[in-house]
Amino acid sequence: MSNNTDRRSFLGFSFAAVAAVGAVPALIGMKKAWDPLPSVLAGGFTEVDLTTLKPGKPATVQWRGKPVFVLKKTAQMEKSDRDVIVGSDRFTVAIGLCTHLGCIPAWKKDVWKCACHGGEFNASGKQTFGPPPRPLDLPEFGLKGNILVLGETGPQYTKLMTVKA
Amino acid sequence: MAKITKANSVGEWFDQRLNTTTFNKVMMTEYWIPKDINFLWAMGVVLAVTFKILVISGIFLLMYYKPDVNLAFDSVNYTIMQEVAYGWLFRHMHGVAASVIFLIIYIHMFTGIYYGSYKKGREMIWISGMLLFMTFSAEGFSGYMLPWGQMSYWAAMVITNLFGGIPVIGDALVVWIRGDFNVADATLTRFFMLHVFLLPLAIMGLIGLHFYTLRIPHVNTQTSEELDFDAEAEKYLSGDKKSAKVIPFWPVFLSKDFAVLSVFLIFYFYLVFFHFNFAMDPVNFDPADNMVTPAHIYPEWYFLWSYEVLRGFFFDIAGIKAFDLGLMAFGVANGIFLVLPFIDRDPDILPAYKRPRFHVWFWLLLIDLIVLTVYGKLPPEGMNSWVGFVAAVGFLLLFIALPFVTKADAKARGAV
Repeated sequence: MSNNTDRRSFLGFSFAAVAAVGAVPALIGMKKAWDPLPSVLAGGFTEVDLTTLKPGKPATVQWRGKPVFVLKKTAQMEKSDRDVIVGSDRFTVAIGLCTHLGCIPAWKKDVWKCACHGGEFNASGKQTFGPPPRPLDLPEFGLKGNILVLGETGPQYTKLMTVKA
Repeated sequence: MAKITKANSVGEWFDQRLNTTTFNKVMMTEYWIPKDINFLWAMGVVLAVTFKILVISGIFLLMYYKPDVNLAFDSVNYTIMQEVAYGWLFRHMHGVAASVIFLIIYIHMFTGIYYGSYKKGREMIWISGMLLFMTFSAEGFSGYMLPWGQMSYWAAMVITNLFGGIPVIGDALVVWIRGDFNVADATLTRFFMLHVFLLPLAIMGLIGLHFYTLRIPHVNTQTSEELDFDAEAEKYLSGDKKSAKVIPFWPVFLSKDFAVLSVFLIFYFYLVFFHFNFAMDPVNFDPADNMVTPAHIYPEWYFLWSYEVLRGFFFDIAGIKAFDLGLMAFGVANGIFLVLPFIDRDPDILPAYKRPRFHVWFWLLLIDLIVLTVYGKLPPEGMNSWVGFVAAVGFLLLFIALPFVTKADAKARGAV
């Protein structure tokens, strides 16, 4: 009897071991099948000519499927440690998706207002009202003279990220 | 091996091999339903039929729908709506049924809450039902994405972003669920798979489980009388149908259900033919555009209450971010009904009108859910935000109060 039980448990445990060894790679495979495809990961770079921007009028450009706000600040707008400085001009560069749930806030006079849940961001991209938990995210960028290159990681981007952290 | 003799009829031939006579008895003619019920007990069958309508209309849509960001919108709004014979009908049937099924689910749920049909042996009925509600919600959300209009896109954006609130892995999880940095082709194709295969499969399995959970504890009655089903069944079978307190599922109970079903179907097809617009948001007839959020976005009516709980918390409290508060409240709102049998501390099953404090609680909950639903559709500005906040807090407070309310009722009755 006990001999039999031991044999059955041995068979049971061996099956459990085989099943576990099989399950782990199966789950990893299924997880990876849902990861972004290489073509998506290789998403391109977007260049923005900063000289074409009018102060106080933000431009929206598309980068990796997301909108990016680029605002040339007017003299009246507050300075911020998030500003991208090119020559004597200060710019706000931010991913244009509300950090709450990802709607695109619209520029209303001097703030970005989100229609979805009422969030507001000031001209520096900082949240001033509603549920957004943090300022608008910074996209990776580099500078080539007056050209802003989204997708590169330039020295100013690295600096801003360290300021943030 | 069973003894097989020459069969005298097709029925007997099957009976010898599949035991169909016994099967029929167990499932239909000797499955006992109490007599003391009303039309609200017909909602289960109404739901089963509405789900069948969704499956059948879905099959016809599936034959022309194309799950691709470049083709989806036109395959729905041009091919199905204009070219396919009766394509418009199948789409409107599918859309209206998806909306109406939630109305019936809510009636079904609140019938259960009112009559206390979720406790003392009936917990699994309630839990399997709530799991069905959750899978239906996922089914509704994934289906809403398929026409790839502006509302489809931005609903997908907002809902997938919710997962970003999960600590540590949130941001990576959002990218994984979407298969892209934003909602894109990979997102559409995988949600298409979920909508037409995995979720319906789960729903069918859960429906089977839900039916099975009724077998042992039986259906509740209007007065929660505890019946000796064997004794009552014997009475019925011996011919004393009048004094027996039970009826067979088939043909007696179902014939009543079908009467209710006829009324429902007339109402449903009235909506399909003459009033389908409520289920077809005009904003969703603009193709999805990842660079423009519609001026005002909101979910379908059946998600509004939990959506309003989510956005009701619009300012930080005690150092906790408004975003996290809203998300936690939203999580509670979606999970709390699941544990209802365990936070109701009244040991007895009774209809709400025999539990005075719970009765007040029941109607307060219903009113709160209606307020949340109404304000969930309004833009989140000024006064609206505050009404939403109060109603969202009220919702949480109601569930915190429930154990005390039910305990007090039991005490007053002398049950504990």
